[in-house]
Amino acid sequence: MLTIKDLAVKFPSRFGDVTAIADVDMTIKPGEIHGLVGESGAGKSTVGAAVIGLLAAPGYVANGKLSLGDTDLRKLTPEQAHEIRGDRISMIFQDPQTSLNPLMTIEDQLIETIQAHSDVSETAARTRAVDLLEEIGIKNAAERIKAYPHQFSGGMRQRVVIALAICTDPELIIADEPTTALDVAVQSQVLDLIRRLARDRQIAFMLITHDIGVIAQIADRVTVMRNGRVMETGETPQVLGAPTHPYTQALMDAVPPLDHRIARFRVPEEDTAGVVTGNAAEKWLLEGQQYALTGLTLQDICVRFAGPRTSLFRKPEPYVALKDVNLEVRPGSIMGLVGESGSGKSTLAKAITGLITPSSGTMHLGDDILPDGKARSRHHPSRQLVQMVFQDPYSSLNSRHRIGAILTEPLWFYGFVQDAKERERLAAAMLELVGMAPDAVDKYPHQFSGGQRQRIAVARALLARPRFLICDEPTSALDVSIQAEILNLLKDLQAMFGLTILFISHNLAVVRQMADDTAVLRNGVIEEMSATEDLFARPKADYTQKLLALTPVMPREWQSEAVTG
Amino acid sequence: MVYFILKRLVQSVFVMLAVAFLAFSLFRFVGDPITQMTGVETSVADQERLREELGLNDPFILQFGRFTSDMLQGDFGFSYRTRQPVAEMIADRIPATLELGVVALLISLLVGIPAGVYTALRPRGIATQAILMTTLVGVSIPTFVIGIMLIFVFGVQLGWLPTFGRGGTVQIGGWESSLFTLEGWRALLLPAITLGVYQLTLTMRLVRAEMMEVMRSDYIRFAMARGVPMRKLHYRHALANTMVPVITIIGLQFGGVIAFSIVTESVFQWPGMGLLFLESIRFVDIPVMGVYLVVIAFFFVLVNLIVDMLYVAIDPRLRIRDVQ
Repeated sequence: MLTIKDLAVKFPSRFGDVTAIADVDMTIKPGEIHGLVGESGAGKSTVGAAVIGLLAAPGYVANGKLSLGDTDLRKLTPEQAHEIRGDRISMIFQDPQTSLNPLMTIEDQLIETIQAHSDVSETAARTRAVDLLEEIGIKNAAERIKAYPHQFSGGMRQRVVIALAICTDPELIIADEPTTALDVAVQSQVLDLIRRLARDRQIAFMLITHDIGVIAQIADRVTVMRNGRVMETGETPQVLGAPTHPYTQALMDAVPPLDHRIARFRVPEEDTAGVVTGNAAEKWLLEGQQYALTGLTLQDICVRFAGPRTSLFRKPEPYVALKDVNLEVRPGSIMGLVGESGSGKSTLAKAITGLITPSSGTMHLGDDILPDGKARSRHHPSRQLVQMVFQDPYSSLNSRHRIGAILTEPLWFYGFVQDAKERERLAAAMLELVGMAPDAVDKYPHQFSGGQRQRIAVARALLARPRFLICDEPTSALDVSIQAEILNLLKDLQAMFGLTILFISHNLAVVRQMADDTAVLRNGVIEEMSATEDLFARPKADYTQKLLALTPVMPREWQSEAVTG
Repeated sequence: MVYFILKRLVQSVFVMLAVAFLAFSLFRFVGDPITQMTGVETSVADQERLREELGLNDPFILQFGRFTSDMLQGDFGFSYRTRQPVAEMIADRIPATLELGVVALLISLLVGIPAGVYTALRPRGIATQAILMTTLVGVSIPTFVIGIMLIFVFGVQLGWLPTFGRGGTVQIGGWESSLFTLEGWRALLLPAITLGVYQLTLTMRLVRAEMMEVMRSDYIRFAMARGVPMRKLHYRHALANTMVPVITIIGLQFGGVIAFSIVTESVFQWPGMGLLFLESIRFVDIPVMGVYLVVIAFFFVLVNLIVDMLYVAIDPRLRIRDVQ
């Protein structure tokens, strides 16, 4: 049993010690799955790192009690702590793509770990490793164990990671966002596996996640953290069903529901973050609407990539990323595009923006034909009319440019405003429009949080006076409360300027909130497309039904009035 | 895999052709070979006859073709200066340069890699800071100054080591080696250190930077969390991953060591190709210069090919395709 009492972790800095977490209390019993939920920067991972003794230097445990069974984890020497790691406490990381050594076979990594903690022969260790892989659902394990990590798919790799974590029979596993990088189908399998291990092997799990749906589904108890402090803790149904702390309440309000659509998210600081109406940027955007509403039609779009070469004398088999995609985005509507990773969502966005060239098919923007990538000239009007908001606001803004420079670029580039001062004024007004302080023009991207940067990215896209906006996973790098704000913003802007939006997401619940129509993409083929409400209420394709069934949801009775009402 | 190697081979052929072309242009454009070969007393008619006999009036492309095919058959022509076949001259000098280069490389690897690992694992240690400072001085000083300083200290002041030449050499087949006598090693030591210092610093800093990067990676953190013994963690997990990018640079640098051993060879009067090249420049000995160019390029291409194959050997992701 893990006991944490009054835990505080500090990071020394030039300006004195910074307290990362303080006053954290938690107990995890054998076989219990304890959810640790909070937004980025809440200190969830720091708690896990403190327990396993892997705090990033120069962080240190400043205060509190940490014990596993009878062992006081704080009194261990570094060598003793290293022996306990793997043996009694283990860890699962977020990204199975990067958490395995690419140069060693699964076999070597498993045997090495088993032998590090128990005195067994290599043959015995191998037998145990194979049995373990069979147990966690890797077929033909005796053969597959000889493979390298890159020969496994993402979900299988996470199973291997879990096998590595449990191969020494630990008492406690710290799972740091174990399913965040996985698709829903794989996520539900991994969650099942975690639940089974907790039940059958009586392993205690500390499940660190930002996804309240996951917590609702498998955690027995939950602790909500914010800014390094525990906000609320207790049995999952009680904390999520009847939250007593306002922060938990706000968090619950921000979670998009899957089973129905709400008009807007309730956001605590909405007054400051809302859209400012009637300013210069709004007027400028409204007067610039040359085309009223612009739809998009795709006919039989195919995209092929060169596949791996198998023989010297044969042409490589092309990899078909998109196959005969037909899509109609009605003018002034939001089309949601959902699908798992590798389904071709982003490829479709790139084909529309002209970044890649489809091998066949035609595209229309409004009534005009939209030339494909190679044929589209630099000055083609669609390069201005179609704009994009990318997933990762940390890498989509040039970190060496002032926000002002980033925002005014489309204004001179497309020749909208000749006067430099006027451009700056307009950029500032646009910042105001997307809910930011106008003085941001003089700052640099690193001075803003992820949500603020995404607002800037939206502002930049709008300053090109687009009629068609592609949002490629615009909120998947953001916390739920920030996601709610950005979704509200996009909804408001869409209503205000009659934008047509292609909204790409792997998150079904988000799409349900945003989209008028929804298309489901799988392996480059559109499985199903209809009005969003129909698609979610009465999914026709088996695949859509499966996706909906596997998405972790909050039981309806736990949802707050803001969401159900 | 086979395809990958074949592709590299084809690329190498083109690189060699380009270099051969450069070497050939030396003949064509750096002075007139006839005036180089004949004295003032040769009549214009004789000069013309010679020109015709040597095929210098043929179309450019035909001459280049002849040049390349001669090269491929091992006929490198004759030196203007010594009237010896160039092939012989180069063959005489290659062992000295190769031995010097290889020993310099070994020194740089045997010292550079452990030093890099050490400084990466103890980034804040005093020894680390000292090593980093010293090696910074090492790269800042030009090679010839280091050579002269070594000669001054170990050759002149202490009188421990010879300051020029190859010392005792042994003939093995056509290969004149200094690796089998004590005298030979004594003579080799100073030039090899001089040549290896820069490479050593580079290797060390590269290994250090890569290793620190790798130590922050998820799979090392995961190995830590599984309690993999520290020794295995550092050498089996971290170092292997560190070496993947480091090998490229070491390979490229080794080509450079062979090619630019000129300075070291001249400081230590080391009878290698670099010294030969310097002498050839002085006498505008174009055939030797051209062949030197081709031979050096050949080394570069060869080393790069070996590096590519090492890559494949180390990294299973290049060897084995994804199953799923």
